Amino acid sequence: MKKEGEVRISSGCAICGIFCRDGRRIPGSVIRESIRVMHNRSNGLGGGFAGYGIYPQYSDKYALHIFYSDFAAREETERMLDQYFDIINLSKIPTRQVDAIRDVPLIWRYFVSPLPHRIQDSQLDEDEYTAQAMIRISCAVKGAYVVSYGKNMGVFKAVGYPEDVAEFYRIEEYEGYAWTAHGRYPTNTPGWWGGAHPFSILDLSVVHNGEISSYDANRRAVEMYGYSCNLMTDTEVIAYILDYLVRKQGLSYRESAEVIATPFWSTIEMKDGYDKARLSYLRNMFSSFLVTGPFSILVGFDGGMMALNDRLKLRSLVAAEKGRTVYFSSEEAAIRVIEPEPDRIWAPRGGEPVIVTLDKEALR
Amino acid sequence: MKSSRYRIICYDDCIGCGRCASECSFDAITMKDHHPVFRHENCVDCQRCVELCPRGALSITRNPNRFRSHAVFSEDAIKEIRLQAETGGVLLSSMGSDADAVPVYFDKMLLNASQVTNPSIDPLREPMESVTFLGSRPEKVERLPDGTLADNLPPHLELSVPIMFSAMSYGAISLEVHKALAKAASKLGTYWNTGEGGLHESLRPYCPNTIVQVASGRFGVHADYLNSAAAVEIKIGQGAKPGIGGHLTGRKIVGDVSRTRMIPEGLDAISPAPHHDIYSIEDLSQLVMSIKEVTGFRKPVIVKVAAVHNIAPIASGIARSGADIIAIDGFRGGTGAAPKRIRDNVGIPLELAVAAVDQRLREEKIRDRVSLIASGGIRNSSDVAKAIALGADAVSIGTASLCALGCHLCASCHTGRCAWGIASQDPALTSRLDPDKGAEALVNLVNAWTSEIKEMMGGMGINSIEALRGNRLALRGVGLNEKELEILGIKHAGE
Repeated sequence: MKKEGEVRISSGCAICGIFCRDGRRIPGSVIRESIRVMHNRSNGLGGGFAGYGIYPQYSDKYALHIFYSDFAAREETERMLDQYFDIINLSKIPTRQVDAIRDVPLIWRYFVSPLPHRIQDSQLDEDEYTAQAMIRISCAVKGAYVVSYGKNMGVFKAVGYPEDVAEFYRIEEYEGYAWTAHGRYPTNTPGWWGGAHPFSILDLSVVHNGEISSYDANRRAVEMYGYSCNLMTDTEVIAYILDYLVRKQGLSYRESAEVIATPFWSTIEMKDGYDKARLSYLRNMFSSFLVTGPFSILVGFDGGMMALNDRLKLRSLVAAEKGRTVYFSSEEAAIRVIEPEPDRIWAPRGGEPVIVTLDKEALR
Repeated sequence: MKSSRYRIICYDDCIGCGRCASECSFDAITMKDHHPVFRHENCVDCQRCVELCPRGALSITRNPNRFRSHAVFSEDAIKEIRLQAETGGVLLSSMGSDADAVPVYFDKMLLNASQVTNPSIDPLREPMESVTFLGSRPEKVERLPDGTLADNLPPHLELSVPIMFSAMSYGAISLEVHKALAKAASKLGTYWNTGEGGLHESLRPYCPNTIVQVASGRFGVHADYLNSAAAVEIKIGQGAKPGIGGHLTGRKIVGDVSRTRMIPEGLDAISPAPHHDIYSIEDLSQLVMSIKEVTGFRKPVIVKVAAVHNIAPIASGIARSGADIIAIDGFRGGTGAAPKRIRDNVGIPLELAVAAVDQRLREEKIRDRVSLIASGGIRNSSDVAKAIALGADAVSIGTASLCALGCHLCASCHTGRCAWGIASQDPALTSRLDPDKGAEALVNLVNAWTSEIKEMMGGMGINSIEALRGNRLALRGVGLNEKELEILGIKHAGE
């Protein structure tokens, strides 16, 4: 049987997210309880979490979460890491035994800083340098897969139901100002843990529910800009598109949303002034990055979160607010279970992003 | 007497009205005592008499007489040898190649549809977008001092549907056809192309939907002509006759044709094989820039080439020459006249060329710098959808548009006696084509195809044409070998 990355697997899913605008850090058990409600939207073949603000003691270091299939892969990877980075701290990621979680790889965590002279030699900035090194490890080292490598964030994922994955990773022991979660319902078995979500690149992480019909058009377009879609999943291609638009082209998240879920031309026609000019420009300039077909995504990034539906809203996505905390979920029930009385609860319209960021006070 | 290729058969329903004889422009039918008399050897099977017979009393069949069959030397092969032995001439042909040994890859690719894992979209209920922009795109966004996005996009063509009309010159075809194409393009919100014979004065009102061509003969090219159009196309080659020029006989250079082409009446219009100012890629760049200078950088420049063996690097070179759009004309592209051996043996199929070019431009990271137009043998809406899924931004249709105007592919364009008034300059024949009715037929055709394309897109869960462009997972091959699949960049059905 082919494993994920050798074959394209379509999936249905559950997603949810919590964002504390005031910067308050909440334990992972909250998001675990939220995603648990949507058990039936997953089939035990993938679950995962992304937490932001979880490593305050190392907030300026890249936090690497890496899967190894064997000891040799770890040795080879660490040799590579030593060449490119200063390793500040390394350890196994603590886990507990959970019956439902099988085929466990070696799971390691490193806090690293790029070596300054290597950055200079590479002619790259720190982020690009780190991203390229991580992609090289995932591609070149057999049996190694870098799960996440952002600053002050981390991705925890496995093959299993999301609530079991949370138990396995002892997610309740981490506290973050933002969390996203994913329960996966793939049509065939992914064969390994790399295929689970969230998918991340630097501090950007994506959880996604849906199956996009524009996949190959998007993939072939984004691969032109140095990305390699090795997992062949929608989530991966959306993450790369966002990374390209935000980090490489300098678009805001709102503008990026206007590219990937661009309004219909008939809607753009009805706008005036800069709105019309901007929307027409973005749609035409980045036409290869329009994503069609059903999707709802939650995008985590340093200091913010974006929720976005496809233009036709072919996937459910609910948002809610209680004080300075914002909730997103595939189903309302998953919000009500952790916040029974939100101040406001609504279904964002297709193609209209909801973007939340940390309050100014929280950033200090 | 030499055997004829066709036999005209007249049934008892004939009332001897003589319509067939007056319609036949090839001297195959005359009337004698209220009965049609046939000269079968002159019949080209254009079907004009059959369609216009008020009684439906005519049919044309292949002459049942045949040569002794031979696996290598077919009847046609023997006839061509005899004809050349008799005349010492080059065999002429017209319309696109029908060489059946060369596969039509469109017929060996199948489209996808959604089932269960994602929904198909009903184009009658949901918006389904076919608007296409053609032109170059800059590498990076730029911002104004206030942080807003600067409009740094070069000029683009906006098409309401990804279907345009191919270049066909006035002279090769009649003014009536040009009028019909211009009107239809204008009504549809797409573009027609003058071809290399200039733009007739009376078509000025359609300029916003007109692409003007600059070919090696430079007929009818002047600053005003370039500036009046929506875009300028430099024609390097065409699919039906890559590597050779054109020759419009003096017989067709009459009246307005001569004036529009800016050459004397009765003089043969010779288009040289190469542009004599383009002997290499850097020369092309200079011509592109000259045209941009003349038009104040307000018009996209298209470079049209025939699909030949090295098409991928050629296209890559064109993309770097400053051109905004590359038009690739495949092996089956039509023509008003081409040497038969060239037409049937030079160049490569469009599908392979588009796939190879799209892939190469992506590998070179310049696919977004140019748009890609595919033409040459596109017969229906599924061909359009497949060409776009392979990587084209839009397609052009020539032969199909002429079929909408009456053409039956009798392939006698080069005789100038087209009974349908298409490929002729004889007023008695061209007056048979009503430009208004022709335009209506063209509009109907493109609208019908657009509906079908939207239905196919909806079935795949795609609601905008740009999400189909280069979306090769939308295609699967049937009966293709590994190499063909590799070049097309698609999987085999069942994979």
